[in-house]
Amino acid sequence: MNHYLLPDISEPGKTGCSLPALDVAPAESLPKELLREEFELPEVSEVEIVRYFTALSSLNYGVDSGFYPLGSCTMKYNPKWHEDVAGLPGFALVHPLQPVESVQGALQLMFELQDYLSEINGMDSTSLVPMAGAQGEFACLLMVKAFHQDRGDKNRNKIVIPDSSHGTNPASAVMCGFEVVTVPSDKEGNIDFNMLEAVMNEEVAALTLTMPNTLGLFDPQITEISQLVHERGALLGADGANLNALLGNVKYGDLGYDYVQLNLHKTFSTPHGGGGPGAGPVCVKTHLTDFLPSPLVTKDNGEYVFISPANSTGKLCDFYGNFGVMVKAYAYLRFLGAEGLKEVSNNAVLNANYIKEKLKKYYHLPYDRKCMHEVVFSGKSQMAKGVHTLDIAKRLMDFGFHPPTVYFPLNVQEAIMIEPTETESKETLDAYIQAMIDIAREAEENPEILHTSPHNTPVRRLDSVKAARQPELNWSMYMSSKKRETGTKETEL
Amino acid sequence: MTAPYVPNTEASRKLMLQEIGVNSIEELLQDIPDRFRNVNFNLPPPLSELDLKRELGKLANLDANLDEYACFLGAGGYRHFIPSVVGHVINRSEFYTAYTPYQAEISQGTLQAIYEYQSLVCQLTGMEVSNAGMYDGSTAAAEAAVMACLIKQRDRVAVLDTVNPTYREVIDTYVKGRNFSIETIDHNSDNSPSDIACLIVQQPNFLGYIENMEKYAQKAHDFGALLVSIVDPISLGILTPPGDYGADIAVAEGQPLGIPIGFGGTYLGLFTCRKEYLRQMPGRIVGKTTDVNGRPGYVMTMVTREQHIRRERATSNICTSEALLALAATVYLASLGKKGIRQIAELCYHKAHYAAKEISKLKGYSILSKQPFFKEFVIRCPIAPKQINAALFGEGIIGGLDISPQMENCILLCVTEMNTKQEIDRLVAILGALQGG
Amino acid sequence: MAEFKKAPKEYKYTREHEWICTDGEKMGRIGISDYAQFHLGDVVFLDLPSPGTQVIQFSKMGEIESVKAVSDLFAPVSGRVLEINQTAIDHSAIVNQDPYGDGWLVRLELSNPDELDKLMDNDDYDKFVAVSSENA
Repeated sequence: MNHYLLPDISEPGKTGCSLPALDVAPAESLPKELLREEFELPEVSEVEIVRYFTALSSLNYGVDSGFYPLGSCTMKYNPKWHEDVAGLPGFALVHPLQPVESVQGALQLMFELQDYLSEINGMDSTSLVPMAGAQGEFACLLMVKAFHQDRGDKNRNKIVIPDSSHGTNPASAVMCGFEVVTVPSDKEGNIDFNMLEAVMNEEVAALTLTMPNTLGLFDPQITEISQLVHERGALLGADGANLNALLGNVKYGDLGYDYVQLNLHKTFSTPHGGGGPGAGPVCVKTHLTDFLPSPLVTKDNGEYVFISPANSTGKLCDFYGNFGVMVKAYAYLRFLGAEGLKEVSNNAVLNANYIKEKLKKYYHLPYDRKCMHEVVFSGKSQMAKGVHTLDIAKRLMDFGFHPPTVYFPLNVQEAIMIEPTETESKETLDAYIQAMIDIAREAEENPEILHTSPHNTPVRRLDSVKAARQPELNWSMYMSSKKRETGTKETEL
Repeated sequence: MTAPYVPNTEASRKLMLQEIGVNSIEELLQDIPDRFRNVNFNLPPPLSELDLKRELGKLANLDANLDEYACFLGAGGYRHFIPSVVGHVINRSEFYTAYTPYQAEISQGTLQAIYEYQSLVCQLTGMEVSNAGMYDGSTAAAEAAVMACLIKQRDRVAVLDTVNPTYREVIDTYVKGRNFSIETIDHNSDNSPSDIACLIVQQPNFLGYIENMEKYAQKAHDFGALLVSIVDPISLGILTPPGDYGADIAVAEGQPLGIPIGFGGTYLGLFTCRKEYLRQMPGRIVGKTTDVNGRPGYVMTMVTREQHIRRERATSNICTSEALLALAATVYLASLGKKGIRQIAELCYHKAHYAAKEISKLKGYSILSKQPFFKEFVIRCPIAPKQINAALFGEGIIGGLDISPQMENCILLCVTEMNTKQEIDRLVAILGALQGG
Repeated sequence: MAEFKKAPKEYKYTREHEWICTDGEKMGRIGISDYAQFHLGDVVFLDLPSPGTQVIQFSKMGEIESVKAVSDLFAPVSGRVLEINQTAIDHSAIVNQDPYGDGWLVRLELSNPDELDKLMDNDDYDKFVAVSSENA
């Protein structure tokens, strides 16, 4: 464990890089009032920097370290060669404002990726601009708003969302000035159709329905839902976080969806980077094409060019989105082709159902039916022994696994949400299943070992209460609070 | 073709299906109505890694890359030197194949690095608190505008007309999303509405010139509004930081800090503010704490601001952001240190001024303004910028941004430490030969 | 089910688990119940109305945050805020430790003491909590 920070190894005179000497005559200096005083950044040598960050990396767990069944996040393996092609100078060392004729390769790639994503989702056009899933949702709801206003339908100020939805769904709705109406799930884990029918009035602009839903279940009422939503004059949108269940098999457009927002960093295998970069393209049917975020790439007289849709909801970022992520997703799609995509979703579904069958004797399964790419258990039975889902999650780390998503979705008590993805072998799944069974037994026989877990991680359970009550968010806050308390400096720790 | 990424063999699939108690994967998909399944997908046939590397290599070769072209283009994306150590660190797969650090015990690498990032960004900007990073500079500015409205309970923001026009468009998208309004303020006039939540100013401004930020801070505060400052992080090697002139929120495009120019993304938004607004700040924040044994460790904190807890009342919907690029910026700043960042800023400043001086000597060319500038400046040319840029491109140089639609015959040029004297002299020579008439 | 500290006799309660204790005719102290602090977990932050603010019965007057949740605080009665508990703001653990005493949140001047009749008394609140716990 790294107990030191950069300032602790900083010393005047050390340097981490070498820079060229000034090769022109120096200009007159700026007026003094524009110049800053001396400021503090650490001074550290290159070797110390490399060792410091290498040591930090060893405290992390990534997909390359092992099984990472984080539900809703689709933590699949990220092919290595994608990094190589994304780093090609023709992609990585290109200025976004270069003349368009000097970036035809990049534009062709974007143009084709737009096309492939439209085809995969059964949509008519795609904008690659949004930089993550949440920004994609924001973009979709801006389009929904503009679509209704354009038709003169100005009173649609509500978005309907199931109780099992991702937190980004309601947050994005509010960012577009909408009110949120929540609909509960029924006993089977589907949306409560009667409740939906009751809330779908002329004030509703759209229903955001993740498919399969966040319980990992495909809602068989989809045709009726789509019919109802459209009859009432609203739009049907998909949070595409769970596309990995349908890839190469089912198209959102066929299901009646008007738009979908994707997560290239989930479904299309681009690495998550410890919290980004992602990419959240949006795919829409024809009636929304004119509202897409700007710009799109199109082909004009044999040349690729940027265009802005007629009634675009506007710009969402500095340039064209996270191009580096697009290159990797493109590589992934071209490698797999249609058959390969289907193999991906089939294996993702198979792996999830396998885990479901093997663990349902040991953990409460709130919805006992075939699942899609992920399965949601409840830690309810273990609660009787005072063991919470959090304890189970922490104990899994001792077994060398990343825990699943916990306490989500909110409509399952003590939720344990497992998404294995297609890139895991039966052997890995069996080892994980065995660990979960062992933990269920420990919950019966020795709950204390769960309460005190994890035991062999770089740090043990951390005090979140302290972190929130006395925030220390950077060196200076830390040092000033230390000085207040004891008069010591960081370096003396 | 999928075999490399789908390890299960036909034999293990069979065993698994048996355990589940079905005969085929199709049986697992019964909830999906038949007519939606097994539809046709019109996609190109699969190719091998080797085939695709060749094909993507060809595509990439269609682009003019900055290893082969000298570049005097900036305007929001900048070519700066990136020490190799940056790429090597962020390419450690323990960093790049991890998710957001929800499970702190096995994410200390990411978490501690973010704490370092927040600290370095605070030092650089002179601001009190930083979050873990936003998508890019323009969205950071847009979120700052929305945050100011929520803090001040006012529904109007003002943006100075010298702010990057793309940033103004993105701010417009976000602000109007919430049904707030946006006002563009003429930098030459003293008129502006007083019921604004914030005044947004860029330093140096879009045309490269250095603004009088104290004046704008005073103006914003006189109205009871916040000053939102958009800065170039490299310029802070020499220029007064936003924390010193009274900025309430300071944001920046973090790309110059060790991130490749990459055709516009993946970039990084720096987001900092005064401590008193911490709870209204969007994005992730990492804090220091201790574990049950009293050892120091790091966690995501103040999470109740975020969408996964506060849902429709969250400060923002941001979730996945740009963590890996924040790591790149961390390694970059650590590598340069306080001397290096100053040195880079000075190289930019002196080289840009050398270029400006040489161009101003050319017949028919002039420097637009006498205002002080940092690394970008506007030149007025004797002929259409389009012709100039075409001629430069033919000589292996990517010229500046053509802003002639707004300012007659003007080009916005950018000079950084990457431009050698030889390149600058070549630029000047070619310009000199293009006299028009 | 967890055992909760007995709610003091003279206090009155809302369905949102705030309490009010009046001293004299028109002054009242407001806090959250032991049941509320238990379910919220460790309180880390309080957002309370500034002195002088007019609050309306059963309307939102502030927020109370734990590490993992944030809840609205509702005014048990209408009135003008006189004082907020600075000790609780600086050391929020006090709200968990002594919710009925030193962990009080707001002192206010009641604008309509008749509103107190709309609140639950001690016995009713105990029953209300018992039912809430079963449904949880």
